[in-house]
Amino acid sequence: MELITLIGAITVFILAIFLGFELITKVPPTLHTPLMSGANAISGITIVGALIFSNTDFNEGNPGVAAWLAFFALILATINVVGGFAVTNRMLNMIAGKRGGK
Amino acid sequence: MDKAVWDIGYLVASILFIMGLKKLGHPRTAPTGNLYGALGMLVAVVVTIAQMDFGLTNNFTLIIAGLAIGGLIGYYMAVKVEMTGMPEMVALFNGFGGAASALVAASEVFRRINENDLPEGLELHVAWIAIGLSALVGWVTLTGSLLAMMKLKGGVEIFGTWYRTPTWGPEWLNYVKGLVLISIIGLLYMTIEEPGNQDYVIAIIALSSILGILFVLPIGGADMPVVVSLLNSLSGIAAAFTGFIIGNNVLIIAGSMVGAAGLILTNIMCKAMNRQLIDVLFKSFGGSDKEQVTRTKVGSDPEEVAMVCDGISKCVIIPGYGMAVSQCQHQVREFADILEANGCEVKYGIHPVAGRMPGHMNVLLAEASVPYEKLIEMDDINSEMAECDVAIVVGANDTVNPAARSGEGPLAGMPIIDADKAGVVVIVKRSLSVGYAGVDNDLFYEDKTMMLFGDGKQMMTELVSSMKEL
Repeated sequence: MELITLIGAITVFILAIFLGFELITKVPPTLHTPLMSGANAISGITIVGALIFSNTDFNEGNPGVAAWLAFFALILATINVVGGFAVTNRMLNMIAGKRGGK
Repeated sequence: MDKAVWDIGYLVASILFIMGLKKLGHPRTAPTGNLYGALGMLVAVVVTIAQMDFGLTNNFTLIIAGLAIGGLIGYYMAVKVEMTGMPEMVALFNGFGGAASALVAASEVFRRINENDLPEGLELHVAWIAIGLSALVGWVTLTGSLLAMMKLKGGVEIFGTWYRTPTWGPEWLNYVKGLVLISIIGLLYMTIEEPGNQDYVIAIIALSSILGILFVLPIGGADMPVVVSLLNSLSGIAAAFTGFIIGNNVLIIAGSMVGAAGLILTNIMCKAMNRQLIDVLFKSFGGSDKEQVTRTKVGSDPEEVAMVCDGISKCVIIPGYGMAVSQCQHQVREFADILEANGCEVKYGIHPVAGRMPGHMNVLLAEASVPYEKLIEMDDINSEMAECDVAIVVGANDTVNPAARSGEGPLAGMPIIDADKAGVVVIVKRSLSVGYAGVDNDLFYEDKTMMLFGDGKQMMTELVSSMKEL
C-alpha cells in the first residue's frame, strides 16, 4: 500500500465516522431495535473480505488453514447479513402492519 | 476493461448503505431503509464475485455453497425467532459479524506467514496494525456478544442443568482488563518487529477473546441494552479495520458509519438510564448486594382489580421485562380492548429502557397489534399521569420505583414513569422481590397499590375474564 492510498483510506474512515454521527440523531424508541439490527446487518459488509480471501486462498491450490478460516468467515458473515436484514424486515413489517390497521 | 471500473459498484453500495441507515431512523421510511441496506449488500457481493479470477479449481461452486449455507442458516434463524428472543438474536448476529471480520484478518495473516509472503516497510505496518486491531475488536465482539446473549437469556442449560449467568466484577478486575489490553498492544508491536512469528498472532486472538468476557462479565442484565448496542458499534469498527486489510473503501465506509451510529444509540440508552457510559462499563451494578425485602403486602385478586377498573375514564399500562418473559402482550391488548369498549382511554407508558433492549416493549406490543399512537414516551406520559385513574404495571419494577427521585442508592437520578401519581396502581408481578438495581420498591407498599401476584400471562388472562363477567 502506498502512502497516498493509506492517507486516502484514513480520510474515508474519519469522514464516514462523522457521517455516522450525523445520520442518527433523533430516533423514536419504536425504531431502536430495528435500527440496531439493521445497522448490525450492514456491518456484515465484511462478507466482501471473506469472499475475496475464500477465492484467492483456494485458488492457490492445496487449501491450508488460511483458506478454511476465510470460508468459515464467509459462512458467519452471510448469516449476519441475511439473518440481520430478514429479522429487521420482520420487525418493521409488524410495526407497519398495525399502523395500516388503525 | 480496467478492473477499477468495478469499484464504481462499491460506490453505489456505499451510497445505498448511507441512505438506508438514514431512512432506518424514521418510522415511515424504515422499511425502505432496510431494503436499501440489503440492496447495497447485494450490489457489493455481486461486484466482488464478478471481478474474481476463478483459477483451475472450481471455487465458484465453493463460494456459492458458502453463501447458501450461511444464507439458509441466517434466514431460518430470522424467521424462527420469537419476538421476545429478539435481543439475544441481535447479540448473536453481532458476534457473528465480529467473528467474521476477525477470521478474515486471521486468514490473511496465516496465509502470509505460511507462504512467507511478508510485506515490508509501510505496507507491513499498515497490514499488521489493521490485522491486529481487526482481530482485537472482532474477538472481543464475539466473546462479549456470546456472554451478553447468555445474560439476556439469564443462563444456559448444559446436560439438563440450568446454570445462571454470573455477574461478577470486583474493582481490581478493571486493572486486569487494562493489563490485558496493554499486553495485546505490546504483542501487536512485537508482531511488527517479528512478522513471521505466528505465536504472537495466536496470543493476540486468545487475549482478545478473554478481554471480551472480562468486559461483559461485571455488567448486570439490566445494562445489556447498552452493551449490545456498544458491541454493535464494535462489530462495525472491526469491519472497517478489515477494509484497511483488503484496501476496500466500502468496508471502511459501512463499518465506521455503523460504528458511529452504534455509539449514538448507546448514548441514547445511557441517557435514558441517566448513567454515564463509563459507569456502566466499569462499575459493577446490580446483581450483587441486593436489599433484603422485609416488608409484606397483601395481594389482591383479579376480581377486585376488575371492579376497580370498571367505569374508569383513563388508564395507563406500563409494561416491563416481565411482560416479555411471560409473553402476555396479547392478553394486555385484550384487556385494553375491553376497557376501551367501556369508553375508557387507554395509553401505554413506555420507559426507554423497559425490557432488555432499546425499543423492546414497542416491538412486543407491535406484535400484539397495539396502534403506534398509543405508545407514549416517558416524558409525555408523565405529564398525564396525575389525570390517570388506574395505572397498570405489568412486570416492571425499577422503571417505576420512586426511590429514583430520592437522590440516593443505585437508582438515584434515573428518570422513571410516575406510576405513583395515578389514582390506583395495579402491579402484576410474581413477588415483592427487588429489580435489577437491587432496591426495594416503596410503591408496592402504598395503600393505593394493588398487587396481583403471579405469572403475567395467567394474571392478565384472569383479569380479562373477570372484566368480561362484570
